[in-house]
This record gives sequence, structure tokens and C-alpha cells, in this order.
Amino acid sequence: MLSVSDLTCVRGDHTLFSGVSFDLSPGQWLHLEGSNGSGKTSLLRIVTGFTPPDHGHVRWKGRTLADAPEAFHTDLLYLGHALAVKDELSALENLQADAAIAGRTFHEAHARTALQSLGLRGRTRLPVRVLSQGQKRRVALARLTLHSAPLWVLDEPFVALDAQAQDWVADAISAHVDRGGMALFTSHQALALQGRGASYRLNA
Amino acid sequence: MNAFVALVQRDVRLALRRKSEVLTALFFFVVVATLFPLGIGPEPAVLRKIAPGILWVGALLASLLSLGRLFSADFQDGSLEQMALSTTPLPVLVAAKVLAHWLLSGLPLALLAPVLALQFGLEPGAMAVLVLSLLVGTPLLSLIGAVGAALTLGVRGGEVLLSLLVLPLYIPTLIFGSGAVEAQMSGVAYAAHVSLLGAMLVLAAFFGPWMCSAALRVALE
Repeated sequence: MLSVSDLTCVRGDHTLFSGVSFDLSPGQWLHLEGSNGSGKTSLLRIVTGFTPPDHGHVRWKGRTLADAPEAFHTDLLYLGHALAVKDELSALENLQADAAIAGRTFHEAHARTALQSLGLRGRTRLPVRVLSQGQKRRVALARLTLHSAPLWVLDEPFVALDAQAQDWVADAISAHVDRGGMALFTSHQALALQGRGASYRLNA
Repeated sequence: MNAFVALVQRDVRLALRRKSEVLTALFFFVVVATLFPLGIGPEPAVLRKIAPGILWVGALLASLLSLGRLFSADFQDGSLEQMALSTTPLPVLVAAKVLAHWLLSGLPLALLAPVLALQFGLEPGAMAVLVLSLLVGTPLLSLIGAVGAALTLGVRGGEVLLSLLVLPLYIPTLIFGSGAVEAQMSGVAYAAHVSLLGAMLVLAAFFGPWMCSAALRVALE
């Protein structure tokens, strides 16, 4: 499980947040709320280990990230603001490259099914360049169903999506949590998510 | 290992889909190497004397052209974040990216060099040594350049800074690379120069990817 204790993030001489503590156990989601600039993305980058915290600890299964980065990376699926989708590659090629980089096996049939469930049938072989913003995000979201990582860290997964795709993401998170997974995500939307979960509000 | 091969394939495939970048560097090399004989005049002895230096400097500048894009595209679209979170160690992935960069810039330059060497009237023996020195030297340029590219990632005006940072570090490669061709032309053994290039390549192949990934992690903070 993920345990965050007493995190502080300082940018320049401005303290973004301090004393942030929460636990995330299997079968739970946590919805991170806060106004623009309250440090949601900064918090996620500390949790994923990109930025070392100015104060406090992030522990995964009882060990700090610095102690066991590999074990943490095996269990983590991170979807950031930048989608890690290449314009020149097709949706399938993108998912294939992504699986290879992450060090996971790639099954083309699974990837096809995932893309079809996201409404990208018939567009799996087109370069992503010709797809719309929302469709591009859907390609990135297809990774959610292809990885078996127990911990999902998603930065604004609902942004730029139509109602149908938003439901798809909410269903994916609910299903993941039902299977005993964990999901930590930021969003400005009010959500109707199934399963156990909570909201955590960052105050600017 | 799978991730290494897959990343090389991905980068080569990406480059082949936006060919202009690869072709720009090659065209630059051809034009630079062609301007010198035109500017200096058709004196065979002079041309032969300056050929190794000019071809090497041309290759060096051409490989510098594509360095700026080595990590910046992956940095901007978020792929670099995914690489840093991979179960494969980041230095291995960095090595794959550097290898892809060499396959797309260094290798074509080395293969094109003998054609350009014809303009300078180099003999076949010297041409062979030129190709050999470039084959050993250009991966070294890619490795040194990658460290510079990683250090200047995300910095405003990074491209200019990159040249200022990397060009001085290219000097030993240039000296031994063009030195090998000159040695062959003056009838001395060239093996010492190439061996030294090889030794530097081994060192850079070992330490370069580690230094790169340290710099990339700082850029991702």
C-alpha cells in the first residue's frame, strides 16, 4: 500500500503545501482536489518519485521510494499531463512502444480490444497525428487496460474527454479498484465512482 | 534487453517517418565538404592536405545538428517520464537512444565520406582509413553529445548552449580521427590513432549513459 506522510513542497520561497498525509490501501481510490496552482501535479510528481520531497516521506509497501525504486516502478502506472504518445506512430505502434519501454509484454489482440472499447475502431493503424486531441488522449488511456500494475497515478485523466470517454475512465478506475488495485488521481470534476474511496483537498 | 531493441526500433521508425531531420544533417555534410574545394581552388596538393580535417569537422558539425532533438522530443511529449519509470534501468534506455542516434547520423556520414573524399583527391587507402576512423569516432561523438543534450534539456536557448558545451569536448576525437587519415597519407601507421579513438569509445560507452541518466533525472524534477 501507498503511504504518504507529512509531505511538504516548496517552490522558490513559496510553500505550495505542507503536512500532506494520506494512506491508500488495496481496493481504494483517492481523488485529489484543489484549485489551480494548489500543487496537485507537484504532489503526484513527488509520489511517483520524480521530485524528491522537501520534507516527509512516500512509502510503497513500507519502503521509501529511494530505497526500492525498481519494486515501485514495477507496480506503478503513471499517466501524466504529457501523454507520451508519438504523433508519427499509429495507436497500436504507440501502445507497443509504450509496453516495450515499460518492460511489459505486448499482446496486439488486447491492445485492439482496448482501442475498440475506447471508440477507436478503424483508427488503430492511422498515425496519431491525424486524430483529434480527445482521440489522442483515448490512445494514452488504453494503457489503463493493458497494464496489470496495482497502483495507478493519473494526472487529470478526465480532461478533454467527452461524456462517453469520461464514463469509460470512471468505469476503468472502479473496475481496477474492485480487483484490489489502487488509484490516485486529480480532477476538477465531481465524479460518481463506484467502490471505496475518498477525496483529499489541497488548500492553496 | 527487449526494451533496448524496441527503443532502437522505435527511434529509427520515428526518424524514417520524419525523414527531413536525417536528410538535413547529411545534406549539410555534403554542402560543407563541397564548399571548401570551391573556395580554396583546384590545387590537388593543398586539397589533399586539408581533406582529413575538413571532412572530420564537417561530420562533427553534422552530427551536432541532430543532437538537440535527441531527448527534447521525448521530454516534451512525456515519453521520457515513462522511461524514467520503466523497470529497465534508465542508462540502458539512454544507450538505446544514443545507438539510434548514431545509426541515423554517424553511420550514414561515415558511409558517405568516401564519395566526398573524391573531391579532395584522396587515395583509396586514405579513404578506407577515413571511413574506419569515422566508424569508430562518430559513436563517440554521439555519446559525448548525448551527455551535453541531457545537461541542456529544458534549458532556454539550450541548442546554442549545447554546441558551446559539446564542441570543446569533441576536440580529442577530431585530433585522433583526422590524425589517423593524415598518418596513412604520410605513410605512418594509423593504428595508434584508431586504437586511441577505440579506447575513448569504450570509456564513453561505459560512463556516458550513466551521466546522461543522472542529468535526465535532474531535468525531470
